[in-house]
Amino acid sequence: MKKIIEAKNLTKQFGDFTAVDSINFDVQKGEIFGFLGPNGAGKTTTINMLIGMAKVSSGQVFYYDENVTKIMKKAQKLIGVVADESNLYAEMNGFDNLCFCGSLYGMPKIEREQRAKKLLETFGLAEFKNRKFNAYSKGMKRKLTIAAGLMHNPEILFLDEPTTGIDVASGRHIRELIKKLNKRGTTIFLTTHYIEEAERLCNRIAFIKSGKIIKLDSVDNLLISNKEKKKIEISFAEKKFMEEELITELKANFGKLDCKILNQKTIEFSGKNDINIVPLINYLDRKEFNVLEAKVMKPSLEDVFVDVTGIELKMMKKEKEKK
Amino acid sequence: MRALIPFWSILSKDMKNYYLKPPNISWGIIFPFAWMLMMFIRTKTAINIQEVFPGIVSMSILFGTTSMLAVTITFERKARSFERLLLAPISIESLVFAKISGAILFGIFNSLIPVLVAIFYFKLNISSMFSLISGIILLSVVSTLLGLYISVAAKEVFEAQTYSNFFRFPMIFLCGLFVPVLSLPIIIRPLSFILPVTYGVDLLRNSINGIHIFQTAVNIVILLGFIVLLFTLSIYNIKKKWIK
Repeated sequence: MKKIIEAKNLTKQFGDFTAVDSINFDVQKGEIFGFLGPNGAGKTTTINMLIGMAKVSSGQVFYYDENVTKIMKKAQKLIGVVADESNLYAEMNGFDNLCFCGSLYGMPKIEREQRAKKLLETFGLAEFKNRKFNAYSKGMKRKLTIAAGLMHNPEILFLDEPTTGIDVASGRHIRELIKKLNKRGTTIFLTTHYIEEAERLCNRIAFIKSGKIIKLDSVDNLLISNKEKKKIEISFAEKKFMEEELITELKANFGKLDCKILNQKTIEFSGKNDINIVPLINYLDRKEFNVLEAKVMKPSLEDVFVDVTGIELKMMKKEKEKK
Repeated sequence: MRALIPFWSILSKDMKNYYLKPPNISWGIIFPFAWMLMMFIRTKTAINIQEVFPGIVSMSILFGTTSMLAVTITFERKARSFERLLLAPISIESLVFAKISGAILFGIFNSLIPVLVAIFYFKLNISSMFSLISGIILLSVVSTLLGLYISVAAKEVFEAQTYSNFFRFPMIFLCGLFVPVLSLPIIIRPLSFILPVTYGVDLLRNSINGIHIFQTAVNIVILLGFIVLLFTLSIYNIKKKWIK
């Protein structure tokens, strides 16, 4: 496959602080490339350098093998950007917003009107085309913002947190649309803090932490690398107990296993070898836990993320949603 | 031709979204009338239109352009819709030119009210139409660019308005709007000559009674110099501050 974007030793410094530290990666034409990392890892700064919204401190950006580091305007006609906020014009209706976005790329009136109509239909917004943007629901705003990024038919679409803060149905619809767009040939550069979303959509994923890419591989390979890891979740009737005390006791008795209390009715055990479930259940039984279920868990991208970044995903999600 | 599409599109969007809104049109009409009324109350006699005309026209342009540009740019920056413009494959210079064009036209429109009232109601005799037109246009451009320069530094609309007032109010007294520059104490006169509005007001004064400090051509050249300087500085600041 052909490289559409290549970042070579890409670095961004703000004074003494290095936000992005000499990263190297490429995005292949036609793929969905995921870019994941905790808050402040350097995701947005990297994207900003790739789209021309931030200057590159050192390193190079290539689009189709052409060095555009100093001439980002040349690359901007190839890219569509959907920011993490729905940033269209509040006072304009859906149709006019799309037409305006098309005009910024030099699209003639008839062409942009036809394209806007088509996109409104694709995104299920045709009947709301005359409604002002500020009267749209959050999900509709998000869809229209994505449609605006597609007005000029870009070869690569940057999607920054496309489903954050919207309802489940809209989120699902957007994920379906992303898949459809990709099938039609649009390359997607996706950042999200929903790991399961990245797992479902992406071909390859790069994990970034403290400005450095610490892992980059296809989703399948990332999961295989974690396949050796065994994980069991044991659920019991809700019970009050001292978390730290229980963890210490479990470690003393099952030293080879990692134990994690997920909540007041679930404990997770993981290890490199097969886990014998009987002693665990017996132990919990002796401690008067009413065990209800034991599940063998498949390795997920979330485990890979936690292993690679050392960051608990729940904390990251909470932080992001709070933001 | 395709290169002009974004320009016209940004300009017509701004006209529709901001400048042609009824409150702004009415502000453009009421503002000069309010100043004329103030002059009338101050003198308690009929207005000496020759005396107040340059000041009212300049005030209408200065306040109209700087206020509107501060709102349109700072508001769009805050809502992040301005990012769309920066991401479009058009040069920053073209983008800025499109953004300021609306404010320049708004400034010219604001000046038309006192000009028409002065000519048709007060029967003001215009001795140099060229000075009047060039004064209005150049003053609109230079005031808009002052507004742009201020807007680039501001993060919030109220911040932009505060910074604007910091420049605007001293200009009322220093640029010969109502008190001729040559009547000012000699020690503060140099300040008048480093402010671009002084040269625009001089053109307007010349257009009605032929009294001026500098020749028309000198005023025009100096104003054009300020326009180039402010445009270059604003572009430099946009590139430095908004594309970090």
